[in-house]
Parts: sequence; structure tokens; C-alpha cells
Amino acid sequence: MAQIVTSTKSCTVNPLRMSQPLGAALAFMGLRNCMPLLHGSQGCTSFGLVLFVRHFREQIPLQTTAMSEVATVLGGFENVEQAIVNIVGRTKPDVIGICTTGVTEIKGDDLDGYIKDVRKKHPELAHVALVPVSAPDFKGAFEDGFAATVTRIVETLVEAPAEGAAPDADKINVLAGSHLTPGDIDELRDIIEAFGLVPTFLPDISGSLDGHMPDDFTPTTHGGVSVAEVAAMGGAVHTLAIGAQMRKAALALEAKAGVPFTLLARVTGLAAADELMATLARISGRPVPPKYRRQRSQLVDAMLDGHFYFGGKSVAIGAEPDMLLNIGGWLADMGCTVSAAVTTTTSPILPQVPSDEVLIGDLEDLERRAEDCDLLVTHSHGRQAAERLGVPLFRMGLPMFDRLGAAHQVAVGYRGTRDLIFAIGNVFIANIKEPDVNSWRSAAAHPDETHAPATAH
Amino acid sequence: MTRLADKIQDVFNEPGCAANQAKSDKQRKKGCSKPLQPGGAAGGCAFDGAKIALQPIVDVAHLVHGPIACEGSSWDNRGTKSSGSKLYRTGFTTDMGENDVIFGGEKRLFRSIKEIIEKYDPPAVFVYQTCVPAMMGDDIVAVCKVAAEKFGKPCIPIISPGFVGPKNLGNKLAGEAMLDYVIGTQEPEFTTAYDINIIGEYNVAGELWQVKPLLDELGIRILSCLSGDARYHEVAQSHRARAAMMVCSTAMINVARKMEERYGIPYFEGSFYGISDTSESLRQIARLLIARGADAELMDRVEAVIAREEAKAWAAIKAYTPRLEGKKVLLITGGVKSWSVVAALQEAGLTIVGTSVKKSTKEDKARLKEMSPDVHQIDDLRPREMYKMLKDAQADIMLSGGRSQFVALKARMPWMDINQERTYAYCGYVGIVEMVRQIDKSLSNPIWAQVRSAPPWDEVTWEQRADAANAADDRQRAIFGRSARVA
Repeated sequence: MAQIVTSTKSCTVNPLRMSQPLGAALAFMGLRNCMPLLHGSQGCTSFGLVLFVRHFREQIPLQTTAMSEVATVLGGFENVEQAIVNIVGRTKPDVIGICTTGVTEIKGDDLDGYIKDVRKKHPELAHVALVPVSAPDFKGAFEDGFAATVTRIVETLVEAPAEGAAPDADKINVLAGSHLTPGDIDELRDIIEAFGLVPTFLPDISGSLDGHMPDDFTPTTHGGVSVAEVAAMGGAVHTLAIGAQMRKAALALEAKAGVPFTLLARVTGLAAADELMATLARISGRPVPPKYRRQRSQLVDAMLDGHFYFGGKSVAIGAEPDMLLNIGGWLADMGCTVSAAVTTTTSPILPQVPSDEVLIGDLEDLERRAEDCDLLVTHSHGRQAAERLGVPLFRMGLPMFDRLGAAHQVAVGYRGTRDLIFAIGNVFIANIKEPDVNSWRSAAAHPDETHAPATAH
Repeated sequence: MTRLADKIQDVFNEPGCAANQAKSDKQRKKGCSKPLQPGGAAGGCAFDGAKIALQPIVDVAHLVHGPIACEGSSWDNRGTKSSGSKLYRTGFTTDMGENDVIFGGEKRLFRSIKEIIEKYDPPAVFVYQTCVPAMMGDDIVAVCKVAAEKFGKPCIPIISPGFVGPKNLGNKLAGEAMLDYVIGTQEPEFTTAYDINIIGEYNVAGELWQVKPLLDELGIRILSCLSGDARYHEVAQSHRARAAMMVCSTAMINVARKMEERYGIPYFEGSFYGISDTSESLRQIARLLIARGADAELMDRVEAVIAREEAKAWAAIKAYTPRLEGKKVLLITGGVKSWSVVAALQEAGLTIVGTSVKKSTKEDKARLKEMSPDVHQIDDLRPREMYKMLKDAQADIMLSGGRSQFVALKARMPWMDINQERTYAYCGYVGIVEMVRQIDKSLSNPIWAQVRSAPPWDEVTWEQRADAANAADDRQRAIFGRSARVA
């Protein structure tokens, strides 16, 4: 049981955490023909836009209500109304996802009320779904904003099935947490379809942010799950919630449409992948397909080949709670020690992280705890710390702006885990220190050499 | 907020700006940029602008007072380079939580300044105001004053919360903070008749270093750059320069003008983009320095350097001209640099077929028109329209900032980054050669033919689909007798 500690510093240095509205925006980007809209000043949107563009290397749909100082003080109804009217006129979306930001939350803008008034005033917009989310950036983190948005989408868009209608035995819902990449979702889809099931992913960033050549130049999301598909999620036989952050959305779906759910807190590692396969076999009533039996055996082989390099290594991880548990748990399974774990926000799963302590803090905290570690795992902002410490950095999470392929880093299932063993194992191999003639001399005889810090400033 | 409101009016009333002086009082009060359009706006806020303008000061701790959104998603994301301290790349924020919002964030701000000084001991702490504490009424000027007295360290309030306006306004407000609190607060150890300031140059991708060797060779000292690769003390001592060059169009014209008023430092507006602009800027620097007492032989040395460097650069570009002559460029940039980039590209034999003027001032636009009368000026484009533009203009390559990168790439169009996130430096004589080399590298890459080929099974190409959609738009426009696009 990890002890959960919150940093007592006043000043956050080198933030690990990102804001709720950005998480909310990402969740909305998994809806088809959607325009996410941040209700705040234009910088809130602009910073987010640059961040997502650099991570996904894609055009990103994200709009702003462009609150001025005066509008902020007087209240933003007119800005929200104008933004919706303009977005519908310009981009013809099926859905607009609207999140508050810090400044409009402080003012106390009643977004739900605004939406009701917009509905009354503009019956011509009835065909456009509007999903409001409260996402103050002075509370919580990216993961919280993402989770709250998925819950809100379920509450707003999912329709309760008709009385007495039997669920479709082949249809399942997958509530995909913010720690999954488009590549992860594609992999999960393949796995689920191999069991003869038809999955609906919410949100589905694999359609919109996977990096592909679109058929048309639309300013909204091109791909993702459609409003109609979300509405029909109530007719599925089961829901898989991936990541503890999805529990609330799964409960909302259960409450609204009576769809039972299974929560998979982890999807990386042999046991986690086994659980996924067993769950799918149970839901579908079909055996695990031969392809995945083969992949399991490949993973076991990779674990045997790789354990030499993972065993006894000390790893420092900075990640949002669900990713921290998923990756930290898997690294511990491979024989690593998670010597430092820093995260962004509270979560009921934090005590399960295999580390003595989980700190809700920043990358300065992680850097201070990572001095003697063999590997740093965090997003691209860990690069400065890694350089100062002289420790290799394996980039995971968002943003990943200084490497290619962020959208297609796959860590789920047997194959994802196998490839992750190769990727991280190779980092360990590349950093093996060659012995020299003095390696085994006693420390007393050569204090300088033995105690020289292995850092490269 | 009266102070800030006054400051903004003061910045709007810029006598150094010709376009501004041509306005009526009422127009002037409204400022230079169009009011933002909810649901149709793009671009950074005033805080973003202030941070862009000052973050290149490398040894200062840049502390953002606000919730995590402002710094959490934007730190260490700009390509400005440092020859020394890396402290400017460290993200500091008060990361205000709910309690701070309820009880006020001033205490947390004060303690944050204390922690930074204890741990990092910077020569100064810059404190950036953002929307949330501005809304709440956190008095960062007072906190900075108390902290400066208590810790004996300059703490500089930068009052430019996002909601007061766009990026360009933020640049100017940042400049005001330098004028109010930094410039003139220290004396240089010695001065020479060859000391200059460069204002509005951010050393993106190390651009300043493409020009600095020439200045070094000429014995011209950059007393302070505002703000590329600058140290705090350099900015504090910059009032002793003999002349100043203002780069980056009008982003910090207020600083240049007020330094002329207060300290008698003459300035000119110049650019290091392109061969002739670079030469002209070097001559201007020499002219101003000589007028203020530098030896007249400086001009001879400047001319010698210009002759040598121009010859070298032209020879290097000549090698590319046969490959680039007549190639057409679509230029979509944030605006401030449009005209100087146009000049540079024309020197390389490229033709400009269109350019964006969304964030340019009226002055910029007029200037563009003068330099390149056939250029289409584009205000704002939807992606499909941008494709149409690329096609109609038959552009060969698009140069733009990162945000419109993918429109070009998805249209299978060569693209090159010319904004502040770019990785290559394009300044001075060596820089223009580098830019031409990069354009050539991009145009001549063998992938273009491959990525434009249709798959063997495809009967309708993506171009045909896009053309059909554009034709439908045109028909709709004809029917409604106006633009189908709601601006």
C-alpha cells in the first residue's frame, strides 16, 4: 500500500499536471464531427491547441468563447450563445462540447442555464447536440476533466433503451480512459472484435487523432464515435471501463440504461491482459481466439528474455493516476522497483501503486527523487530533468512533442506489453555501464571514482 | 484595474506608430486589433504575448501567478535559445487551487517567490498576472514590492492577464513592465560608443547568433537584447546604449519610442531577414552610432563586411536559384514578420502568391502591398478553403506556423515552419541561405510524388472529392448571393 502524500510547496516547479479543460477537450475530440469549445479567454484555447497539435501532429479542432475582461465581469451568456451560433454556421458540427475554465467558473457563469437559454432562443439549432461540462482549472487535473466529460456525455447523450427491450448480445461499450492512445484503442478494438463482439468506444480518439489522411477538409473532428452511436450505447450487453477514472461514467451508464460493467484498472502486463481476455470470453461466450493464445505465448517468451534487464532496476515515474498504476504496476511485475512515483491528482487507485509513496506533485519533486534511478518515465517535459540527472527518459503520456508516433505508442494487451518490454528493455540495454579495470576495487582505495555521481550536466 | 486600463490606453496611443496616428481619437481608444469573435477566434492571449516577449531573458525565474492552465500547458515550448543559464526553461507557477481562489492568492504568491529565491537564487523574479487572480483582485504589484524589499531581489510584476486582449497587446504590456521596473535600474561597468540595444528579437532557434558574429567583428556591442539570450542585468543597463534597432515590426515599439524619449536613444525599425534588409540594418546601426559619436570609419568597416557577406550569401543562393526560380510560395504567418519574410523569399527567386495578414497591423498590410502588389492577402481560412487557395494559386510550398501545418500536409503540400516553434534559424546572411536550403530540401523531397499517388484501387481521388465540395460551396454562394461562410 503506497502512502499518498501531497506536496507542501507553494510554488509548482516544472508542472507535471495539466488542466481539467484540456482533458475535457480531448474527450470531446473522440466524438465524430464535434467542436470542443472552451468558455474562457482565447489563451485557454490557444495553449491547448498548440499542445495537442504538437503531440498528435494533427490539425486540432478547438474553439473559444473569447471572453474579454468586460465580458468576464458581466457574465458570458452572449459569448457562449454567439460562439455556438458561429460554430454551427462555420463548421456544421453534430455536437459542440463546451467546458468552463477557471476564469468563467470564478465568475460563476451558469453554463447549464446558458445552454437551456440558448435552446429556447435558437430552435434552429435543435439538431446540434450541446454537452456542457464544468472544468475549473484550479481544481483537479487533465484526467479528472477527461473523466467528468465522459460522464457528462453519457448523461446527456445516451438514451435509455425501450422498456423490456433485450440488450444486443454482441454489442459492448468501452469507456476508454485518458491514458489510452489512439493505437491502444485500435488494439483493443481488434481484440474485442476477435471475440465476435461489436464495440462502441467512448470517447474514440482512434478515429479522430490517429493521424490519417481525411476524406474531406473539415474543421471539426474527422472520425470518432457519432452522437447516434453514443445514444445507442444503452442497448449494449456490457460495458468495459478502462481505467479507474471511467468508473463514474460506467456507473452513469448503468444507472441510465442498466448496462452492467467491468472495470479494468490495468491493461498492460500478463495478468492484466489475461483478465481482459477472460472477461471478453465470458461476455461473448466464445473461447480466446488462437491468435491471442499465440500472442500470450510470445509475451511470456519476451518476459523471459527481458527479465534480465528489468530485474532490480529502479524507475521513477511521473504520470496521471491511471497511467501510473498501469505502467508502474507492470514495471513492478517485471522486477523493477518503482523508487519514485509522482502523480497529478487524487484517485482511489493510488494506494495500489507498487511504491512506498505516491506524491501528488510536480517534475521538480520527481527529479529530486529520481537521482539514483535507472530510468525516468514521464511525458516529454521530463527531458530537462533526465538531462540534468544523466538518466534515460522513456516518454509516456501527454504531451509528447519531441518524438514521432505519440498516437501509436501501444501498451495494451499481450502484443502491446510484449512490444513495451522490447522498447524499455532496449533502453536499459543501451545504458548498461561497461565495467572497467577499477569497477571492483574497494571504495576506500578509490573514493573519487566510486562516489563520482553518474550525472552529466 | 484602473492602472491596467490606463496602461492599455497608453499603449494604444502609440505616437511611434504611423497607422495609429492616422486614427481618430475614438478609433484609437479601441486599440489595434479587431474585437475577438466567440467561436471564430484563434491566437494567443495577452499573457501569452507577455511571456513570449520576456521569457527569452534567460537567467530570470518566470513565475506565472494563476491556475495550472496558464503555465501547465505552455512551459518549455518555445524555441528561444540561451548561451548560458537555462533557468528560463524552468516552469514556475503558483498553480492556484480552490483555497487560493476563495481566500486570495497573494500569500501563495509571496511564498512562491520566497521558495524560488531560496532554491534557485535568480537575479530577478518576473511575476505574470493571469485572468483568475486578476478577476479576484490579487494585487501582484504590492506582493512584488513587499517581496523585493524582504528578499532584496527585484520582483517584477508583469500585468497582462489573458482577457485584456491578444498576444500583440501582451508584447507591449510586457515592454511597459520593463520600462517601469527594469530598464535604467543598474549601471553598466563601462560603456562604449558602440553599444546598441536590439528590441523585439527573441533568439528563436538561436537566430541572434547568426548576426552577432558580424556585430562582434565590427566592434559593436549588444548592450542588451530585448529579450533574446538576454540577462537581467543587461536589460537593467540598457538605458546606456547609444542606439537601438527595433525588430519584429511593432511588437515593442512602445519600448523603443519611450527609451528614445527618456534616455535619448535613437532607434530604427529594421530586420535581419533577407540579405538587403540585413545590410540596411547594419548600415542603420552604424549611422545612428556615428551620429552619436562613434568614429566615422565604422561605416567603412560595415560596408566592407556587407560587401564580403553579401557576395558569400549570393554565391550560396545562386546554387539554389535554378531550382527555386519561379516556384510559388504561400505564406501564412502570425503577421508580425510577414513583410520581412517576403523580402527574403523574393531574394531567393521565389514568387509569393498569397499571405495571411490576420494578425498584422494596418501598417504591415500596407507595407506588404507595396513590396509585392500581386500578393493575395488572406484574413482567415477554413481548411478546405486553404486547400482551394493552395490549388488556385498553384503554390508549390506553404510557409506558416505550426498551427496550420497540417492543412498543408494533409493537402500533400510541402510545408515549412517559420514561426516561433521552428527548429531552424533564418537570420542574417547565413540564415537566408539556410532558409533557401530548407525550402529546397522540402521541395525536392521524393515523398511528394509518392504521397500524391492514388492507391491502385481508388477510383475517385481525394482532389476530386475536395474539388466537388468546393464547387458545391461556390454554388451555394451563388444562390445566396453572399459568402456561405459566416465570418
